[in-house]
Amino acid sequence: MRLSAFFSGGLLASGSLLGCLQGEEGKGQIVSVNDDGSVIIRAGCPSHNCGGRCVLKLHVRDGEIVRIETDDRPTDDISDPQLRACIRGRSYRRRQYHPDRLKYPMKRVGERGEGKFERISWDEALEILASRLKRVKEKYGNSAILVPYGTGSYNQTNGRQTAARLMNLFGGSLGFYNSYSWACISRATPYVYGTSVTGNQRQDWINSRYIIMWGWNPAEMRDGTNSEFFIKKARENGARVICIDPRMSMSAVSLADEWIPIRPGTDTALMSAMAYVIISEDLHDKDFINRCCIGFDKSQMPDGLEEEESYIDYIFGTKDGVPKTPGWAEEITGIPARTIIRIGREYGSIKPAMLYQGYGMQRRAYGEQPVLGGCVLAAITGNVGISGGWASGIALQVADGGPLWNVFPTGRNPVREMIPVFLWTEAVLRGKEMGPEDGVVGGDRLQNNIKLIWCVASNILINQHSDVNRSAEILKDENLVEFIAFQDQFMTPSGRFADLVLPVCTQFEVWGLQDGWKYGDEVIINPKIYDPPNEAKSDYRICAELSEKLGLKDEFTQGRDEREWIEWAVNHFRNTRFPEIPSLDQLHEKNRGVYSVPVEKPKVALSDFRDDPENNPLNTPTGKIEIFSRQLYDMDKPDVIPPVPKYIQEWESPFGEESKRFPLQAVGHHYMPRVHSIHDQIDWLEEAFPQRVFINPLDASDRGIKNGDQVRVYNERGEMVIPCRVTAKIMPGVVNIPQGAWWTPDEEGVDRRGCVNVLTSHKWTPLAFGNAQHTIMCQVEKA
Amino acid sequence: MRNKLTEMGKKQLAFYFDSSSCSGCKTCQVACKDKHDSGEGILWRRVYEAAGGDWVKDGNAWVPNVYSYYISMACNHCVEPLCLYSCPNNAIVKNDDGIVLIEKDRCMGCRYCEWNCPYGALQFDKSQGVMTKCTFCDDYLAEGKKPSCITACPMRVLDIGELEELEKEHGKSNEIFPMPRAHYTQPAIVVKPHRDARMAENVEMKIDNLEEIKNEQ
Repeated sequence: MRLSAFFSGGLLASGSLLGCLQGEEGKGQIVSVNDDGSVIIRAGCPSHNCGGRCVLKLHVRDGEIVRIETDDRPTDDISDPQLRACIRGRSYRRRQYHPDRLKYPMKRVGERGEGKFERISWDEALEILASRLKRVKEKYGNSAILVPYGTGSYNQTNGRQTAARLMNLFGGSLGFYNSYSWACISRATPYVYGTSVTGNQRQDWINSRYIIMWGWNPAEMRDGTNSEFFIKKARENGARVICIDPRMSMSAVSLADEWIPIRPGTDTALMSAMAYVIISEDLHDKDFINRCCIGFDKSQMPDGLEEEESYIDYIFGTKDGVPKTPGWAEEITGIPARTIIRIGREYGSIKPAMLYQGYGMQRRAYGEQPVLGGCVLAAITGNVGISGGWASGIALQVADGGPLWNVFPTGRNPVREMIPVFLWTEAVLRGKEMGPEDGVVGGDRLQNNIKLIWCVASNILINQHSDVNRSAEILKDENLVEFIAFQDQFMTPSGRFADLVLPVCTQFEVWGLQDGWKYGDEVIINPKIYDPPNEAKSDYRICAELSEKLGLKDEFTQGRDEREWIEWAVNHFRNTRFPEIPSLDQLHEKNRGVYSVPVEKPKVALSDFRDDPENNPLNTPTGKIEIFSRQLYDMDKPDVIPPVPKYIQEWESPFGEESKRFPLQAVGHHYMPRVHSIHDQIDWLEEAFPQRVFINPLDASDRGIKNGDQVRVYNERGEMVIPCRVTAKIMPGVVNIPQGAWWTPDEEGVDRRGCVNVLTSHKWTPLAFGNAQHTIMCQVEKA
Repeated sequence: MRNKLTEMGKKQLAFYFDSSSCSGCKTCQVACKDKHDSGEGILWRRVYEAAGGDWVKDGNAWVPNVYSYYISMACNHCVEPLCLYSCPNNAIVKNDDGIVLIEKDRCMGCRYCEWNCPYGALQFDKSQGVMTKCTFCDDYLAEGKKPSCITACPMRVLDIGELEELEKEHGKSNEIFPMPRAHYTQPAIVVKPHRDARMAENVEMKIDNLEEIKNEQ
């Protein structure tokens, strides 16, 4: 191998690798050249919304990526560890060169949803989209347009934010708030802490002595590149780690000293019983509670609410007559009382301790409650604001909230009304009837039902939204949504419902940039390796060309191409999180794929508040940690939005009538081979992790099911037939259908691939109006 | 022939694998496939998911008596490579680093070696009609780099070294379930066992993911 400096001006937006080697422009890039003539280009990965932000070392020969390695920076210190890509990034050649990539613009020729299209020119395609946008704007107004939630691409120049910018210049589109990932945890955390920035920097994890991975599976979903590695380091440093999860997850096996299986949807019951143990054994941190919290007991209740139920009232059953004992929780959670007592004592006495909440338990009916409950446990044990502790909640990284994600400027949306993101099908059916009772903000009522959907980098229309069969019926009706444009790299199940299909390039075919995912003080660079194949274009380029047809070109592009927007983004990062970041030219020249800031002295969230709560109050109404929330009390829905965290039986539950017909709980966990629904078609990943339903041997033998059998999984919303894995690594009574598989209905409408959303319900959570997609009862039988 | 191959003083490179922290993510498996362009169904490195135990109902509670861990394994470049001994055409060699390699142009594709390897390391490539296996990334070694699988691991549980050195550091540990008894071939691997590996003596452990690791061709 030899090291050379090549001239790389060709890696401009319009250029290609060939240009790089020919040295058209005279900007130097340090690239090494292998004996086979391939050159090494380092690139950030992915441009999707997975839990990682990593580095790929691409071997490029004759304009083709022939090998993918990963971050090879010489040091791998915990302050700035290598960003090693996972199986998804390492398989990327199979996605990049997949024969099914969308090649040309197409328009629908069959019935909507039939999936029949014919090739058209780009000019015709953009003319169609421009005229439909204008027509809907004229007939209904901008609020009838939706650019749906979606994170399929996420690197500034690819992704829905490009279309959002154009629509905002065009007069706006229906706004939304919240996400499918974090609805409850992002909404509920501030009720306790007044902020979402409750997380210490990860390098501090090694100072913890006791770590509860509560429904948290960083080895599989990553939750920031290296989160699993940091937990490993914490354990090497002496922390005891337990994992609470219905599944013996990859994290439970590799990171935990003990796995505690729990019945899905009962986390707050376990939390309450742990609190019962902690308080009755006098393990709670009374000084911290006195100084920093309100609502713990009668002495701490807000003025005028002294007689209401405090936290301790709930725990000891003073008002409801039900003490939340370990025995009480055993019946609900399926965890032996003695285990609950033991982990309650451990969490109450081993200091400092970290209770890290995963996000699965908050994508459930009443998903707000375990978020609040976890925060309260952290508070009453005094684990807030200290090194090695953890305040729980959404835990964005101190001091600045961590990564910014998309910084591409979308501008102000002139349409002021916003819906909770999960309720978009409701806005299709009855938008004009929707108001605050449906979570609408920014106006009393929506002005319109949704009439045009421009779906960019999103599979939310079908695959990732609840109740696929319902969504399909809604979208088929051309009287409801009159026009659907779809812009993506592959023909996903959502794409099948489009009237117009626009092909998009991948992360190697356009300049892009991202910073860390929740944690991680780094910026990764996606250099453009070569031009998009066939007629694919970047999302930004498509929008730029459409802006011309809408008469908005100058405002939209501001004269920039994709690379110049990435320069803009680098400057934005320099002005915000990374004052020392070099220019894009310099980053490109260094060819490391990443700019990172080592964290030598990790910061601790809420430490100022802890040290001096009077002078550094929280942004809550009382300035304290609100174990009892007057704001929640004032909502006057105590059964579903209690002012202290409570266990509430879910609307589909093993304890309800529905369990007679559908006795098994189903969850849809984030699966190693996919980023949501991305990568579902990749052979190397399917070989490593096939799609199937996981079922306990006891449930399987009751049903005459053997490992590998095709089984039918169904409830009243839908059904699928897929193979099963019979394994003891899942709790009895629970099945797991990894989320993200592409809905593939046969003639009878039975899904043959295993899209969990044929089973999920579109009912939303009471406070956050969030998705409750893991609250599912179903039945399984041999197919 | 046997003595000649294993004469004292010769180098024997070996894999080190820390099963106690392996998440089973299979990044090593795919890094290997990508580097060597091995086709579908060929897994020079593969990850076995060992699992066993059962559930006990205790009142209203479920008590798990469940054990699991992962074993990532390529070719173990054995000190006594049965594959090599069994090859009727002398197509398998052991080089100066102790790496067992197939000389592709001598391989007849008879698959005797596949029968003889107790680790499933030798895998038939239908498209070429020859056996294939892990090369320890000998080209990378020549460049001073570690094999592709090693530098891929997000959990940093894979490494390489001289067998003797690794055994000195970590002890001799080379027959963790589902690995066969080591005396057949003396595999050049040191495994740091997961705590659940000891349960293999008490509960019936099985390979939970057979469908993910069989060589389809």
